[in-house]
Amino acid sequence: MENRSFIQRLIARPEFGPLVLLLLELVVFWGINPDFLSPQNISNILAFTVELGLIALAMTLLMTSGEFDLSVGSLFGFSPVLMWTLFNSGVTSLEVGLLIALMVAALIGLVNGWFVTQLKIPSFLVTLGMLLVVRGTALFVTDGFPQRTWSAEGSWLANILVGDFYVGPFRIYASLFWFIGAAIVLGYVLTQSRTGNWIQAAGGNPLAARARGVNVNRVKVGLFVLSALMASLAGVISSLRTSAANPNSGTGYELEVIAMVVIGGTALTGGRGTIIGTVLGILILRVMRNGIVLIGVPGLAYNIFIGAIILGMMALHSWLERRHQAGT
Amino acid sequence: MTEPLIRMENIRKSYGRVQALVDANFHVNEKEIVGLLGDNGAGKSTLIKVLSGAVPLTSGDIFIRGKKVALRSTSDAIAHGIETIYQDSALVTQLSIARNLFLGREPIKPPRFLNRMDQEAMNSVARELLRQVGITKNIPPTTPIGSLSGGERQAVAIARAMHFDSDLIILDEPTNNLGVAETQGVLSFVRSARDSGHSCIFIAHNIHHVFQVVDRIVVMRRGKVVADDIDPKKTTVAEVERVITGMSDKEIRDAISDRPQPHG
Repeated sequence: MENRSFIQRLIARPEFGPLVLLLLELVVFWGINPDFLSPQNISNILAFTVELGLIALAMTLLMTSGEFDLSVGSLFGFSPVLMWTLFNSGVTSLEVGLLIALMVAALIGLVNGWFVTQLKIPSFLVTLGMLLVVRGTALFVTDGFPQRTWSAEGSWLANILVGDFYVGPFRIYASLFWFIGAAIVLGYVLTQSRTGNWIQAAGGNPLAARARGVNVNRVKVGLFVLSALMASLAGVISSLRTSAANPNSGTGYELEVIAMVVIGGTALTGGRGTIIGTVLGILILRVMRNGIVLIGVPGLAYNIFIGAIILGMMALHSWLERRHQAGT
Repeated sequence: MTEPLIRMENIRKSYGRVQALVDANFHVNEKEIVGLLGDNGAGKSTLIKVLSGAVPLTSGDIFIRGKKVALRSTSDAIAHGIETIYQDSALVTQLSIARNLFLGREPIKPPRFLNRMDQEAMNSVARELLRQVGITKNIPPTTPIGSLSGGERQAVAIARAMHFDSDLIILDEPTNNLGVAETQGVLSFVRSARDSGHSCIFIAHNIHHVFQVVDRIVVMRRGKVVADDIDPKKTTVAEVERVITGMSDKEIRDAISDRPQPHG
């Protein structure tokens, strides 16, 4: 009986479905092409995974509070463009350029939050507008051309953000540690801290939260700023790793990031979120993108699989939620 | 004569040209359950919203133990010891019982800069409070509110008000949509709140529920308090209905017989 209830509890957890799906993916791809689990391929998957992952971690908290941010993909492209434009034109050092890019991102997050909380406009519309403003600015400033970035090689900033080294046969980037650190800190905030309780209450029942003295608006504005900062940092990391700052980079990332978060079990309607689930969601989508190419499925078919996964996971989460509500 | 816990004097509230409250006078004594009754549009909800800080009054004064107060928000009212429990909006269904109980006032474990909730303390207080309000079923405090019944949710909201020493607990339609057994449960939670020193305002459409639990009945009609000292032990439901509608028995019977009758 004790054993059965443990298994029931395990199955009822929102992370259970994503975990099974990830394991299934790994087994299928490895079964069809053993190179899938080669050190080189694992290193490749991890390098890009953490960049989108940083945005998804912040988005998890924001979505738990009942909002989401469509402007993250455009910030991913804009921030490195701003940093490199400042540096290449000799206006600032690289470090100051990064600081300014982060401050501008924070300001954009603040504006998003202000529109949503003070003007009561749905975050979908506010951040869609901001997406166009930010992407348009990046294209206008650069005339649509990528910025040169090779002069960063060897700088301490590049080393701490994307410096790479080998652990056995695995090539590891420093950004992996930033991702792990962010996952631990944000997981702690969401599940252990008082702020996490407020974030969940803000998304679950903002009226009740306000009645208990929780400053729901401040919580949401803070999370918009966090989301913008993480998108900005992820863009800078990506530009340093690939030695390119393209004003178009990050296009479509907002939807991929939201997909990662909901696949992981965070409720689109707010009130419930899980960082562990998001980490699994990130891995599911990145492994899928990598795996289908390795087993010979045309890359253009990728979206079919992603769409099917989203629908399947939503059905599973909804079923688990109903069982949970029914107390079974 | 001792000063009542809450005294509201000459309260007016207008929404544009509509007068929702017209010089309403109302009071609640210490350790007293007051039943607030009135037909739809009588003004009882507006009076409660004013008292809970949800809407500002147009004119009038509110006193707590004789001291004049301004209630500008629900947080203001809570800070003054007035807790309102609405049917649906009081709790966060996704959060556990313990996290709901302490929402906004979570105890923090040292070191404080880590902002870490003391979940063991929260769970242990929650367990004790559930026992105090009379929930005998063994419900772990980590259970999400979403999986509790309507009556149990009301119990959690009442337990929270009791724990944070609210002097006045306002229950707005707490027995709506509840079954017979659950209603009895909620009524007993209200009694236990009074027995532990709290005052309550009980609003319900079902007059029989009000009769079972309150010490005094107050009736509102057209924005005014028309009766404020009805003893439920010395009166009947029919008499109170007459006060609520302002009609005689014959007028009430006529009004019922004038209604179109269902066919078949």
